[in-house]
Parts: sequence; structure tokens; C-alpha cells
Amino acid sequence: MSKPTLAKQAAHGDQDPRIGVYVCHCGLNIAQTVDCHRVAEGAANVDGVVVSKDIVYACSEPGQQQIKQDIIDNGLDRVVIASCSPRLHEATFKKMIDSVGLNPYMLDMANLREQCSWVHMNDRENATLKAETLVNMSISRVRLLEPLIEDILPLTQKTLVIGGGIAGIQAALDLADSGYDVTLVEKSPSVGGIMAQLDKTFPTMDCSI
Amino acid sequence: MTDVGRHPRIKLLSLSEVVDVKGYVGNFKVKIIKKARYVDETSCTACGECAKVCPVVRPDEFNMGMGSRKAIYSPFPQAVPSSYLINAKECLGHNPAVCSKCVEVCAKGCINFHMSDEEIIEEVGTIIVATGLAPYDPTEMDEYGYTRFENVLTSLEFERMVNASGPTKGSLIRPSDRNHPKSVGFIQCVGSRSAKKGSHHCSNVCCMNTVKSTFIIKEHYPDVEVKVFYIDIRAFGKGFEDLYTRSRRMGAQYIRGLPGSVEELDQKSLRVAVENSATGKLEFHELDMLVLAQGMQPAPSTQRLQEIMGLQLTSDGFYLEAHPKLQPVDAATRGIFYAGCAEGPKDIKESVTQASAAAMRAIRLMHKGEISTEPITSVIITEKCKSCGKCAEVCPYNAITVDVKNKKPAVVNSAACAGCGTCSAECRFDAIRMNHFTDAQILGQVDSMLDIAPESKILAFACNWCSYAGADYAGVSRLQYPPNVHLIRVMCSGRVDEKFIWEGFRLGAPVVLVSGCHIGDCHYIDANHWTEKRVARIHKKMEKIGLRPERLQLEWISAAEGVQFAETMKRMEKLRQSVTAEEIAETQNTLSKL
Repeated sequence: MSKPTLAKQAAHGDQDPRIGVYVCHCGLNIAQTVDCHRVAEGAANVDGVVVSKDIVYACSEPGQQQIKQDIIDNGLDRVVIASCSPRLHEATFKKMIDSVGLNPYMLDMANLREQCSWVHMNDRENATLKAETLVNMSISRVRLLEPLIEDILPLTQKTLVIGGGIAGIQAALDLADSGYDVTLVEKSPSVGGIMAQLDKTFPTMDCSI
Repeated sequence: MTDVGRHPRIKLLSLSEVVDVKGYVGNFKVKIIKKARYVDETSCTACGECAKVCPVVRPDEFNMGMGSRKAIYSPFPQAVPSSYLINAKECLGHNPAVCSKCVEVCAKGCINFHMSDEEIIEEVGTIIVATGLAPYDPTEMDEYGYTRFENVLTSLEFERMVNASGPTKGSLIRPSDRNHPKSVGFIQCVGSRSAKKGSHHCSNVCCMNTVKSTFIIKEHYPDVEVKVFYIDIRAFGKGFEDLYTRSRRMGAQYIRGLPGSVEELDQKSLRVAVENSATGKLEFHELDMLVLAQGMQPAPSTQRLQEIMGLQLTSDGFYLEAHPKLQPVDAATRGIFYAGCAEGPKDIKESVTQASAAAMRAIRLMHKGEISTEPITSVIITEKCKSCGKCAEVCPYNAITVDVKNKKPAVVNSAACAGCGTCSAECRFDAIRMNHFTDAQILGQVDSMLDIAPESKILAFACNWCSYAGADYAGVSRLQYPPNVHLIRVMCSGRVDEKFIWEGFRLGAPVVLVSGCHIGDCHYIDANHWTEKRVARIHKKMEKIGLRPERLQLEWISAAEGVQFAETMKRMEKLRQSVTAEEIAETQNTLSKL
């Protein structure tokens, strides 16, 4: 198994980082509580930040297009997206920067929605201050990020289905009919589950077995 | 059902339970125990001669105890596999002096008392959890008299009774006198939507199930009076409202209000007292029979499997999905999916839909035959490694090997490394670099956060899977908490190095929070045990050098505990306010001298 390479980004070698910062409004989800424009302006003055903008929907097609164009035009080598939780859109933005040749790990997200605007709705000033700090934290993190390469591993094309009720049966049949081997484990002596005990089923009043 | 039994690609293991799951997406190793059936599944033709001669009569579980079966039996006529089985606890035994009548009559010789439990190891790429539900047992709701009064049934018992293959051949009778009831009542939300008994959640199917039952009664016995006591009728699905309207048109009465008490009259009829919230009056209804619409609870095996596979549960005990809307069938652990009621109460159509979705998500992962893994793994800096062996000791995945005797530096198997970062946090020589969560990257965040007005801020570390997700959940639920909380995301609380905490205090942080998954729920098996130990160690050191230990807090917050997250943050803010500028200055002074 090869270890992930830690080689420095080829294109920019040992040069100073070139950071792009994008502060997403998420429509009004973030913008009604956080002054996104102020946050973006503040970030523009930070060392290494080449582009800093507020943007209505970073995840939308036009939003992504704009960021990608900026990466190409300004030779950005890492990006901060200040928007929703990375648990929601990290994959989206990783793909986005990957598509213009950046290593997908050269990204950090500042969580301005789930962990800022939505939880400090009645305090615009302090929410904005927090957003500024979160973005600054992201910038300092992204500055030190290094490209990483994913490993490819073999995979067993077989599924274990635990439970032989209607859901387990359906899943097992769909998989098996698609050509995958399935092991179906059922605790009781027969498959069928609760549904097998029912008489007629709503709304069409047909038999359950 | 029969398709499952004969599909060439499906290996059906009945009477079996998963007891251990190891490995990771694409390469799970599963240990299954298949209990002895004592009847050869492959040769049994289900002729039933054995059951005819078996002298042991027991209540039949499939018919909710309303019928009987023998100690050697087939669970129900359409069972798959169709083979008979022996309940060893009930069987009189194979000593010829005692019994073994079944062995004598089985022409094919399928019965084998020497069969033993089998251990089966399966290697699979993906897992679908479809463990279903447990119907709520209404015995604890004494006010409805279930088990005290003979003519109070559960909805499942009713279901068996009206089933043509059930114990009464589909005839609706009162258990007390076997007469047809002239009136039947249904009580809704039994064990659902209740703060006191059962669960808070709506069980999703009971309204429509009762509507269906009223329909069945009215179809077969048009003269029977049918009354339904309810809080709301939730007929939201396709075709549901239509069925509800038709039920009312056929004469079923719907009375808004849940009965306060049920008492038994002469002839074992029942008197139900209910406040009709439509009229505001207390009403009494005399009924020959009462059916309790029991709610759904998580299957009993849910928690055990959750522990084996490191999954998460919601507060009502069902499995927690990776995202409630966008990844409704994915578990947070890659390669594991949910189908049916394991994830939450749902009807048949929804279960089938979700099962197909889960199958498709599994195929999407498997179809390439290979899988890319996160490069978020640890790397040994060999020149710094002192071969002490600590990293190997703390690694939950046994992914690190160290030759302590010969002082050879540690080696990480990056395929087995899951990326918790505990090794990196525990290494005293800074000889382990955690990719994507390096010391420098995290310290950079700490420094940047405490750059301006550190005394006003709360520094919090949160693990990606539970606490950070719990914070997100607080956001989704719009729970408000003080805006000076700043989270630093790490994959596991095990990654939170001592030096991150000291750096925070050194820079003037009044309070620091370390948060992770509950003990037992760690996404990295048991890495958070090391978090706990480490925090205890730091607390001791703090005491020694004169820092108030409570300024460092450790909290376990799960992905479903948005409320707890918000509450913890409020508590942290109170704690922060108790730390004076002088105390912070003194701390900084103390730490600068060390």
C-alpha cells in the first residue's frame, strides 16, 4: 500500500500561498445575521489572501463557476469557503477545486451557517465578529495545508443484509438482481418480519404475503 | 419472500445473528452465529408428520400466543426457509426413553439432535442494516387494562385474528366467550406521542392501520359498531385520505380524545371513559372489545449492533442517518446503510422505497470493484521516533507496529489507519504527523482565534462525527447559544493534543472545551478513552501549577444532541464569566515560566 504523497504542490512549489476566500450569503440564511461583505473585506487584508469576495450561493453553478474562474485567473493554490457545515458541502467544493487542477485537500470551510448565523440570530454584531474570527482561523489553517493523494484499495463486491423483514428482503433482492452476492441474516426461523403477520395492508387493502 | 429463498445470489442465514464486525468500507469481516435448527434445512420437505406426533404444545408466537404449535414446528405456513425446526428448550430430548417420536416418523431422516451452533465468517464490501422494529408492549399502560381484561387486544393480535390463516380462521371473536362482538373500539397512540409511557415520536403507521382495520370489520360485519379514539388522524400519504373518508362513510365513528380509563363490566364488556375534545364533554362508551393501536419501538438488537458497528442512535433509539434529508439511508460510517424501520417508524411502501435506495447506494459504492480511501492518515517522522511503542498501544486499529526491543522506528499501515490522530496526540516526541490535522495546522487555528480579545472567547475542540455534528444539529434546530464559542474540528477527540490546550491557556483563553462522542460510541472504536485519560492528566497538572482544573472541560455530545450542545455552550459561557482578567494574567505568567 503506497503512503499518500506529501509532495508540495507542483505548480507553486515553495512560493508563498495564494489564498482565495469566499464568504457565502446562502441566500439570507447567513446574510441576514452576518455582514458577509464586511467579513470578506476584512479577510482581503490578511497576508496571503489574493482574492476575497462575498458570494450569494457558493455551491450554486454560477457560484462555483466564479470561484473556478478566480482560481485560474489569479493562480490561487488554496481556498477558504465560509458557508455551511463541511459535513454538508465539503465534498462539493473538493470536487470543484479538483476540476480546475487544485488538490482537493487544499480547501478549508468556515462554518458560518450551522455554527454561526443560525445559532446567533438575534446578535448581528457579535455573529459578524465571530464569522470574522472563524474565517481568520480558516485562513491560518488553509495556509498550512498540504496536498494529499487518495489511496485505491480493493473491495469485496458483496453485501451483508441484517434483518429479513420487508426492507431487508427488498434490499437483498434488488442487490442480487443487479448481480451482487448477498448474505441475508435473519434472527428468527423465517424471513418475513412483522409484515408477514399482517392481514391486509393499507391503502390498497391487498394481502401482505 | 420465496424469491429470497431460491435466489442463486442470496445466501439466507436464518436463526442467525451478527456478533462481530471488523474492518472498514469495502472490506468488512463479519462474524455470524447460526443457531442449530436440529432439522436439516436442505432435505426437510415440511410434510409436518413430525409435528403431528410431538407431544409438547406451546403458544404460537406468530399468532401472538392465540394459537398453539408443537416443539417441532414451522413458524407459519409460508415460512422461508420452509423447513421445520426444534425449539431445544421445549423439546423433551432425544433420549429414547423420554421421546424422540419425531425422529421415528421422519421418513427422510432430517432430524438431528446433535446439530450445534455454527460460526460463520463473511467478508463483505457493504452492510445494509434492516433490523426493523419492536411493537410497543402496552402492559405498562394499566389504565387500558391490557392483560387484565380478556377483551382488550393489541393491534397485532387483532391482525392475526382477522387473518384467514390466523387462529380463528379470520373470524372476529371475543377471546372471553368466542362470540362475535357487536361493538369494537380502537385506541390510538398507545406508546406513541406520549411524554410518560412509551415514546415521544409518532409511530407513523398506526392511524392508517386502524383505518384499515375499521374497513375490514365493516366489510365483514356491517352491523358492528366501530369507534376510534384518537388525538389526530394522520392520513398524509397517497391514497390515505381517501381510505379514511371511505371508512367514515362506512359508518366508523371517530371520537377525538384518548380514553382516561377502561373498566370491565359484566359479560366482560368494557366501559371506556373519554373526554371528547370536540364537544368538551366526558363521555362513556360501552364496547364488547377494545384494540390498542400499539406504536413502534426500536428492535431489541438495535443497541447491540450499534455498539458492534460504531453507529449512532437518535434520542428515541432508532439509527441516526448521516444527514436527515440528503443522505437518509447512509450511516455516518462509510459502507453501511439503513433500510426500513431500523432508521425510524415507517410504513411498508416507505420501507420498500428506502430498501431499494439503500441497495442502490451500496451498488454505487461497489460497482467499480475498488475504493478510494481518505489520505487522512498518520505518518511517522522516523528521525524523531524513539521506538517507545506508545503509538502502537493507543491505536484502536492495530495499524502501527513498533519494534521496541530492537529500537526500530514505528511503521504505520496506512490502509488500516482510520485517521483518528490519537497516536499523534499521545506521541511525546512529536514524531507522528497527522495528515490534514497537523500540529501546525491546529495550533495555527488556536493562535488565530485567540489573536484578538482572547478573554472574551471560548475555545472548543469537537470531533467530526459526534460533537461537531451535534453543533450542526443545534444550528439546524436554530438553538441559540453565546456567540463567543469557536469550534475547531478534529476527526476524533483523541487528536486533541495536550499542547493545543496549553497553547490556548498560554494565549489567554479563559476556558477550553474538549468534546467527543460518548464513551462506547466513538467512531474510532475506543480512541476517546485516551481523550478521557489525557484530560484527567492535564487536570492533575493544572492543579499542580495552580490553575483551576474546571477551566478545562470535557463533554461527550452525540450527533443527535443539539440541545445538549447548546446547553453546554451556555454553561461554558457562565464558566468563562467566572474567570477574571487577573486569573488569566496569572495563568499566562505561570505558563511562561514552565
